[in-house]
This record gives sequence, C-alpha cells and structure tokens, in this order.
Amino acid sequence: MLPTPKLDFLPVLPELILAGAGIVTLLYEALAPRASRATHLGLSLVGLAAAAGASIALWDRTGDPTVLAGAIQADRLAVVARVIIISVAAVGLLLGTHYYDRSGDERRGEFYPLVLFATTGMTLIVAAADLIVVFLALEILSLSLYVLTGMSRRGQATEASMKYFLLGAFASAFFLYGVAMAYGATGTTKIAGIAHALAGQTGGQALALVALGFLAIGFGFKVSAVPFHMWTPDVYQGAPTPVTAFMAAATKVAAFGALIRVLDVSFQPLAWDWMPVIWALAAASVVVGSVLAIAQSDVKRMLAYSSIAHAGFVLTGLTAANQDGIRAALFYLIAYAMMTLGSFGVVMLVSVRGEERTSLASYSGLGRRQPLLAGLMALFMLSLAGIPPTAGFIAKVGVFGAAIRAGHWQLALVGVVSSVAAAFFYLRVVVLMYMQEPQGEEQEEDRSPLPRLALAVPAILTLVLGVFPQMLLGVLDKASVLRW
Amino acid sequence: MPLDNVVFWVFAPIAVASAIAMLVQRNAVHAALLLIVNFFCIAVFYLLLGAPFLFAVQVIVYAGAIMVLFLFVIMLLGVDRGDTLRERLVGQRPAAIGLGLALALEVFFAVRAGVGFAAKAPVGFEKVNAGGNAQALARVLFRDYFFPFEATSVLLIVAAIAAMVLAQRKARAITQAGAEAAGRGEVA
Amino acid sequence: MIRLPLVLVFSALLFSAGVYGVLARRNAVLVLMSIELMLNAVNVNLVGFSAALRSLTGQIFALFVIAVAAAEVGIGLAIVILLFRNRETINVDEVNLLKW
Repeated sequence: MLPTPKLDFLPVLPELILAGAGIVTLLYEALAPRASRATHLGLSLVGLAAAAGASIALWDRTGDPTVLAGAIQADRLAVVARVIIISVAAVGLLLGTHYYDRSGDERRGEFYPLVLFATTGMTLIVAAADLIVVFLALEILSLSLYVLTGMSRRGQATEASMKYFLLGAFASAFFLYGVAMAYGATGTTKIAGIAHALAGQTGGQALALVALGFLAIGFGFKVSAVPFHMWTPDVYQGAPTPVTAFMAAATKVAAFGALIRVLDVSFQPLAWDWMPVIWALAAASVVVGSVLAIAQSDVKRMLAYSSIAHAGFVLTGLTAANQDGIRAALFYLIAYAMMTLGSFGVVMLVSVRGEERTSLASYSGLGRRQPLLAGLMALFMLSLAGIPPTAGFIAKVGVFGAAIRAGHWQLALVGVVSSVAAAFFYLRVVVLMYMQEPQGEEQEEDRSPLPRLALAVPAILTLVLGVFPQMLLGVLDKASVLRW
Repeated sequence: MPLDNVVFWVFAPIAVASAIAMLVQRNAVHAALLLIVNFFCIAVFYLLLGAPFLFAVQVIVYAGAIMVLFLFVIMLLGVDRGDTLRERLVGQRPAAIGLGLALALEVFFAVRAGVGFAAKAPVGFEKVNAGGNAQALARVLFRDYFFPFEATSVLLIVAAIAAMVLAQRKARAITQAGAEAAGRGEVA
Repeated sequence: MIRLPLVLVFSALLFSAGVYGVLARRNAVLVLMSIELMLNAVNVNLVGFSAALRSLTGQIFALFVIAVAAAEVGIGLAIVILLFRNRETINVDEVNLLKW
C-alpha cells in the first residue's frame, strides 16, 4: 500500500472545473448533436464563471504555497493570471459563437470543449510549480490551439494549423532539452528546487546556463519574441479571427506567467546571466515587430507583428528581474490582453461571413458606416500605440520605468523610439476610418448586438485602467510577490 | 572494458549513423525504417542506464505504435512521394554540422567542468530500484507525480477530440478541395 | 555504468541531427519524424541524468515525454492528412497561401 500524499485539491479547483466543463460540453455535443450553439455557449460560460470564482476564492489562501506533492503553486500571481485568461476565454467564446453562426460554416460543436481545454492548460501553466507540469500544461494548450487554428474550411486555416504545429512541436523539443539540462544541473525539476540547488552551488554552472539558453528558445517561440517569431503572422492571419483573438491574448499571458516563474524563481541565482539574453530578445522584438508591422496591408497580419512588439515590451519589464518588473509586466499583460482581444474582435465584425475584408483598405470610411465599431477600433488602436488616457499608455510607462530603475535605460530608449514608429501604423488605421470616404459599393454590414456587448468588456477595461490604474496596481502589488 | 561500454560503443555508432542516414534519405519509408533502428538502439541504452521499464515502453510505444502510425500515413499519402534533398539555404548543411558538433562539445565541457552532482552522496541505483524498476517507478509516479499523471488525461482527451475533428469532415472537405482547386485554376 | 559525458554527447548529436532534419526536410512527415528524433534525444538525456543522479524523476519525465509525443504525433499526422486532402501536397515549401 502506498503512503498517500496530502491531497489538497482546492488550489486546482479552477482547472478541475474548466476540464469538467470541457467534458460536459463534449458529451453534450455527442448526445445532442442537433442542439443549438446557445446551449453550448451557456454551459461553457457557466463553467468559466465558476472557475473564475474558484480562482478569486484562492486570493486569501494561507498556508503552504506549494501543494499536491510540489506540482502546483497556489500564490496570487496564479490567481491574477487565471482570472485574465478566463475572462479572455469568455469573450473569445462569445466572439466565436457569432463567427460560426455567421460564416456559414458547418456546426463546430467541438469549438467549445477545445477552448475550455486550452483554457485549462493556460491556467495550469501559470500555477505550475514543477517543470513537468509546465511542460504538460504547455502541450495541453498547444495541442488544443493547433486544432482550433485549423477550425475553418478555408485552406489558409489548415495551412496555418500545420505551420503552428510544426514550429510549436519544434519549440517544445527545445524547451524539453532545456528542462533535461536543468534537471541534470540541479537534480530536480521543481521550480523552487532548482533555485535552491543553484543558490547552493558555487561555480561550475555551465550546465545550468545551457539549460537556460534552451528554455529561453522554447519560451521565445511561445511568446513569439524575435528571432523566434516567424510563425506568428501566418498563424494569426490564417486562424479563424475569434481563435486568433483568444490565442493572441491568452497564450501570451499564460506563457509569460510561466516564464516569470522560471526566470524570477528558478534562475534567480543566475539573474545576471539571463538578463542580457532577455534584454536582447526584448530589444529585437520591439524593433522588428514595429518595423515589419508598418509594411503590412492586412490588418490581422499587422496586429500579429504588433503582438510581437508587445511581447518585447513585456520582456522589457522582465529585464528588471525584481518585483517591480514583475508588476509592470503583469499590468502590461492585462492591458495587452484587453486591447488585442478587442481589436481582433472588431476585425471579426468588420469582416462579415468569415474572413473577407481584412485588408486595411476595407477600413476606409468605417467611421461613417459603423460609428460604434470605428470608435472601438480607434480606442484599441490608441491604446496599442500607447497614447493616454488608455491602459496601453500606463502599461508602457510601467515597463519603461521598471527597466530604467533597474539600470536598463538604453532598452527603455529603444522601446520609446520604437513606440513612436509604431504609433504611425496604429494611427494610420484611425485616419483611414475617419478621414477617408468609404470605398466600393454598399456592402452587407454586421450589426448583431451580442459580440458588441462582448467587446464592451475589453473596451471599458482599456479606458478604466488608463484613467484609474491605481485600482489594479494595488492588486498587482500583492500578486507580484512570488512565494517559494 | 566492462560489458556496458562494449554495448555502448557498438550501438552508439549505429544510432548516430541511422539518424544521419534518415536525414539524407530520399524515400520516406526507408527514413521511417531507419528511425525505428535508431529508436531500438536508444531502447538498448535505457537498459544500460538502469531503466528497463522505459526500455519496454520505448520498444512498444515508440518503435511499435508511433512508427507504425508514421508508416501507415506514409502509405496512405503515397509511397512514391519522394523528397528532394536540394538545400533551401546555401551552406546550410556545413553550418548545421558545425553547430551540431559545437553543441556536443559544449555539453561535453559543461559536464567536464563539474556540475555538482558528483559531490552528492549517491544512494546507489540498486537501492532506488528496490523491488524492480517498474515497481519503483510506480511508487514515485503515483505518489510524487500523481498530479502530472492526471493532467495527462486532459492531454489525451484533447488529442482524441483533435483527431476526430480533423478527420471527420471527409466528404465535405473533398468537395471543398475540389472547388478550391478549381478556383485557383481560374486565377492562375 | 556508462560515463555521463558520453551519454550527453551522444544525445546532443541526435538532437542536432533532429534540428537539421526539421530545418532541411520539406516533406511534412519527415519533419515530424525529425521532431521525434529530437524528443528521443531529450529522453536519452533524462535517463542518463537519472542514472547519474540516482533519482527516478528523470525516468518519470521521460515517460511523460513519450506519452505527450504519442499524442502530438496523432494530431500532427491528422493535420498532415487534412492538408493533403485540401491541397494535394505535403511539401512544406508548396504550402504558401500565407506568406512565410
């Protein structure tokens, strides 16, 4: 008889609920294949709400932060990241329901369980205390997203799915090699255990540095930092737009959540060694993302390059390697998730029936044709550009401040210059919408209320966080303390 | 020279050679067979390294199930579908060989530089594997790693749904492919 | 017991071979096979460390990697078949509706 470990499942209740909701929607699809999407949506949203509730209940949890035989870290960073991811998933599901209603595609009942399972993986990865769990969660979310990317009958989607899969699996292999090296260097795969082992060692950390390098490559792919960004534009463009919205926003939060743990806990003793690496990745991402975005004529592609640049800004915050930097990065991630979700949502509504009209030209005169959509898009564009009074501005100030206080003023300078260049293509969209006449003949417009209601969430948050950032900063102050 | 090392020096060159042969093999079926040879050699190493359970898993799951799946798909898509070996980037092959050797050397020196685990008091693998490797693995897996084990179940559900979703739209996908091909023809 | 550096160098060679295969091969099935080679190199590493450190964590991890690899191959081959049905090709260079 095995001695049973102490079982405290409460800290993984959000994951259990999410996986449970995924299985329920899956069974529902199998047992009632003719049921409407509304029921699926309702079931999924109830699951997401319950999971969010369970996460928030963990905020005031006391006691040992590492539970379930060292697999899960029950701290406030996990709570905050989970709530963001779950909110993004809820909006993504609303957008997706509308998309598949409109695109004339066959029913896609599997959309709901797959999004829920992807969400499970994402919330699990931000709470993982063991690199084995990080790896498994990474695979759960990646495998779900590969399939979601291909969930459209357009040839482009299949192609995007395959590129995403091949490069994702390639990146996973690098990540694993890094984990194996970390295990060899320290004798453990526990995130905190690695830190203790590295802090105890003196000299001869060559193997740990090799590990760090490979882990950086693996995470670089997942957060799409330059030079590991090649897949991003193709996948974001090829995937169905609501899936793009979901994965662009949520995957980045999840991957950065895990990266924060790995860098600021496991490899904290080697902070001086990884700082230049992250510095370089941040600078390259910011510059390359901003420059290449200018040349794009497709809005989804432009937003994909912009997401690369934003990954660089989050990394800029992380170069501080302290609580200050983690807080700035978390704020940036929240702002980024909201404005990305919102802008892809608007893109989905502008391109009726699937993926028509995603070129920049189709935005000319949008201010006259669809004032509400144009207003939302303008708000998100201003926020992405980092212009006050939006969340994007506060977020940029935060990460630059953290980098400067840590002595990386050159990086902040690179960031500021790139932001100015980037403002050009964000503002170009605004100019097109308001200063130009609509082109072409009158086209069918999408005027359904449900997705607009869903987009109100990111829009309101983008504004409120821009005007009253203190509301969130207090929470993030507590969340950025990593207990281990 | 102890037996372990003899076995290693017999199988390591075979493994590396089969891996490299796979890379330059034009025929997909032959490449798959070479990969199976490689996986068998790796299974032998697991035996040498005190992991007989993984030896069995490697042979059954990898060399057995996974590679059969590969061969099945290769057959399904047409055996004659060769692959050109022309380089996409100039000088890619020498650069790759150089980098590969550099990686091997880097690891070698990293290990030689001493990484600290030599200082730890080794318990002796026999003690760790007390009662048999499979039993010892089970003890660790179901006690210390039971949560990751449960997480794997979600992964497998996702894989099952995925295969279903991707494969189910057979009839529709084929007509769709025909329509798209026709559409491309017009444009071209 | 085989000396650890030998195992690690052997695994590094296999890993590099896999990386080369992913970058150089154009048949999607062969690219996937190269990825499998990389994962096996990782497993050799893990088992080698496991023996050197006398801890079973490495073997457990290798077990998880094998399980994940099986799931990944299942999905990967399904995507390849789907692509073949849609486009009549599995050459990753001819898959070019999107700009690379």
